[in-house]
Amino acid sequence: MDSISLKVIADTNQWLAIYPELALGLLALGLLVLELILPRSAHRLIPRIAIWLQVLLLVYLVLLDRDKFFAGPEITFDGLLLHSPMGQIMRVFFILCSILVCYLGQVALERQSMPRIEFFHIVLVVSAAMMLLAQSNHFVMLFVALETVTVGFFILVSYFRHNPLTLEAGLKYLILGALSSAILLFGIVLLYGVGGSPDLPGSSTTSMNFDSLRVFLEANSGNVLAIVGAVLVIAGIAFKVGLVPFQIWIPDVYQGAPTPTTAFLAVGSKGAGIALLIILLHRVFVPLQSVLVPMLGAMAAATILFGNLAALTQRNTKRLMGLSGVSHAGFLLLGIIAAISIPWARGAVVFYLFSYLFATFAVFAVMTHLAGPDDTDQELDHYLDLAKEQPFLGTVLAIGLGSLAGIPPLAGFIGKALIFVAVFQAGMYGLLAVAILGVIISIYYYFGWIKAAYFDTWQLPDQDQPDVPAAKIAITPYARLAMLGLTAATVILGFFQGSFGNWLLTTW
Amino acid sequence: MNELGPNLLLGSIGVPLFVGILLLAYRNLPAWVVRIVVWIGFGLPLVAALTLWWSYAPVTPGGYDFVSQYSTGLEALGISLHLGLNGVALPLFILAAVVGLAAGLYALSSGAERLSHYLALLLIMQAGLMGVFASIDIFFFYLFHELALIPTFIMIGVWGGRDRHYAAMKMTIYLTVGAMLSLAGLIVLYVKSGAESFDLIAMRETLALWPLTETVQHNAFGLLLFGFGILVSLFPFHTWAPLGYGAAPSSAAMLHAGVLKKFGLYGLIQIAVPLMPGGITGWAPLLCWLALGNVIVIGLITLTQRDLKQMIGYSSVMHMGYAFLGIAALSVLGAGGVILLMVAHGLTVALLFLLATCVHHRSQTFDMEEMGGLVKKTPVLAAFFTFAVLASIGVPGPGLANFWGEFVIFLAVWDYHAVTAALLAVGIILSAVYGLRAVAKIFLGRPTEPFRATLDGEIKDLLWGERLPALLLIIALLGIGLWPRSLTDAANASLEANYQLPTQVVEATEP
Repeated sequence: MDSISLKVIADTNQWLAIYPELALGLLALGLLVLELILPRSAHRLIPRIAIWLQVLLLVYLVLLDRDKFFAGPEITFDGLLLHSPMGQIMRVFFILCSILVCYLGQVALERQSMPRIEFFHIVLVVSAAMMLLAQSNHFVMLFVALETVTVGFFILVSYFRHNPLTLEAGLKYLILGALSSAILLFGIVLLYGVGGSPDLPGSSTTSMNFDSLRVFLEANSGNVLAIVGAVLVIAGIAFKVGLVPFQIWIPDVYQGAPTPTTAFLAVGSKGAGIALLIILLHRVFVPLQSVLVPMLGAMAAATILFGNLAALTQRNTKRLMGLSGVSHAGFLLLGIIAAISIPWARGAVVFYLFSYLFATFAVFAVMTHLAGPDDTDQELDHYLDLAKEQPFLGTVLAIGLGSLAGIPPLAGFIGKALIFVAVFQAGMYGLLAVAILGVIISIYYYFGWIKAAYFDTWQLPDQDQPDVPAAKIAITPYARLAMLGLTAATVILGFFQGSFGNWLLTTW
Repeated sequence: MNELGPNLLLGSIGVPLFVGILLLAYRNLPAWVVRIVVWIGFGLPLVAALTLWWSYAPVTPGGYDFVSQYSTGLEALGISLHLGLNGVALPLFILAAVVGLAAGLYALSSGAERLSHYLALLLIMQAGLMGVFASIDIFFFYLFHELALIPTFIMIGVWGGRDRHYAAMKMTIYLTVGAMLSLAGLIVLYVKSGAESFDLIAMRETLALWPLTETVQHNAFGLLLFGFGILVSLFPFHTWAPLGYGAAPSSAAMLHAGVLKKFGLYGLIQIAVPLMPGGITGWAPLLCWLALGNVIVIGLITLTQRDLKQMIGYSSVMHMGYAFLGIAALSVLGAGGVILLMVAHGLTVALLFLLATCVHHRSQTFDMEEMGGLVKKTPVLAAFFTFAVLASIGVPGPGLANFWGEFVIFLAVWDYHAVTAALLAVGIILSAVYGLRAVAKIFLGRPTEPFRATLDGEIKDLLWGERLPALLLIIALLGIGLWPRSLTDAANASLEANYQLPTQVVEATEP
């Protein structure tokens, strides 16, 4: 970026274009300041402040800044960022995600003697980075934002540092995260190098920019180096999303990470990766589709089958959520592939992401409440008698799991049905068959979990007063409100999508 | 009627749903409030159904009446809540309302643990059932079916009898497979029809002008046939049914076996066959064989049952064979017979499940070999049960409605393939044998030694809480038996307008 474009940025006041990201970043810094100036007894207010200010921001984005959802693409910061309706809806997604992670963190951190405020600080910074990531238009932007996310997660994953499993998870995430970043970077370098070589048609000195890169790829769609670069970039992102064959880290890290972080990984990190894949496949790597689509199709099929089959045997709920999350990534990837020829399928992917967010956080909220002193030890057996002892948590869990399983009339079903229709319209019959098989397999473990909570009873033969874990949980009114909101969203979006549905299907 | 009809239709879905959610949300309502809201939740659909039946007068013969359309946000894909009734849907709509009220009233008097949750799930199921038959939009048709299905699993798992966990799990997996296959078939239909709409009317109009190619019809129909077939317990995908009904609490079994299971047949008659006449011609021979499997093989298995509830479950699987044969017969006559049989069988099997539970409460066992001589203590129950069994066999009189249905199917099958019809007659003998044997074993004869002790204890005859729902079903059964035209005229008109005969299509395409 030269000084002239910096001047343009300053003159046109482009900082305003990223006010949500700036707001989150300032809020993150503000939390640290508040920790310094507030007396220790008032520290528990800080997470609440963070949550409510984010809610305000969310309301502003959705209700008062509506035009952005209908505006055409706009490039700012000399081509670093591209603002579009897609980016805007992903902003909403990440703020929602951040609010919910903060709320889960508040519940979970109460039980651990850990420094609190840093957790919220990092969550906010990571969320802001994810928002930038979903709007990036330049590989430098992409890489910096992605590394901010990854580094933040290194800390979040190993936050409960007294637990050996958590430390192991942190180490695994660190090593594999570094590996994936290296792969991604290598791909970027290859693309940059080949796109900048003057003897090829369409080359430019700014081949890190997505628009220039696309122009170059259109002229050289058979270039081997470019294809290898693109494949490596996608592999790097597939690591973050957890697509087969880059899913190995998921069960251990999901189990070891603190439950709020697991939820953040499952929803936020996955959402960011999916948003990146949409940008890259639909805008940048378009000329390479003939190579990439078969590869991605195979990955999607393998992801759906592996995730569901591996989840079948899990007894630890965090591992189960991780592996079932792998299969959800497969469904999302299917939608992204379909969207190459069926534009509205992008809306289906976004709908799926939102339904996944509501349902996953509903389940994780229940998990957070049920977690004992050892956060990594959350077995299906702990859910016995839940519906009898805690009918509210039981209902939230059942609706969340039902939506994840894609049972009508919940939001998850609509998401799956939309993706199925799009996949069929795109003519990918084999992949549709795999997806349907995946849904059928998934019924077994989701239903098994519901069965544990509803049907099975806690039996300890030698005690007449059985020690039911579920009986001792206290739910604050705030938590009740949040869970009620998540379940209501899941149920209502299953019946009635309203203007959200219309927007999703007609914007692209 | 212009305004009232659509509102009644929407109300018969919305009110049970609302009442159900109310009962879920407020757990500690006093008993009399629960009683009143449950009466409202189940009673309103019946009142609505009868009113609509009385005033049903579509503009075009065989078309839809009481049509209303509500946008839900997916119009861009051609999905909207489009409600209305035609002659095929109307009989089943009434069936759902009648059986629903009977099941609800019986549940009120059942004294189940956590009663208000049980009732809430039944009400949600009822809302789904009313929605299934009132939907013109295929997407919502499917959605409502699943809405009714989910409570069944939970009710079996929580309130069920022996083997309930295994039964609930098995039923869930089987029915998910069926539902996913039918969803795939419906998606194929949606995309390939080019109507860009899940609206059945729009699809009909598009496909009348541009029919699907033979291959697509064959494949899509195959998906729907097996998808719906699994849901209706088509042989050899039937094993979930006796197990599930054996374990299910009686009101859930009444609603599922009586009404929800008809979803698949209704889907075939209303959607699959009329839209893909080329599909049924290819699949009809195989369907014939499988349906004969239902009638003969399952009929023989039913003979060997000692457990009363399992026997009723198997007999309901067996009767589905007649219905499938009526569809395979490729005629309006056959389809009309299926509609009549669906209604009659739905009422009968609900009555049987209700009375079987009444027998169980008195005898403390489901094993028919152990029972005997119950008639002395419970004459009314014995009379009702005999009535239900005779109806199930199709003896004119109690089973006049069943008789009409089976007789018409028999005629249609005779036209299609005489040998099959002859085999069908064997099935009727089988059902007479096991039905009458059950009556003899339970109510007549000498009680076994252990049972004599139970019999000497205090056994009451049918209580009013049990009599009322049973009477409701019996009256409906008699009414339809004596005046079948009240339903079949409308059904005929709709079938003749929409049910494209594959034979006619073949003739028309020949030079």
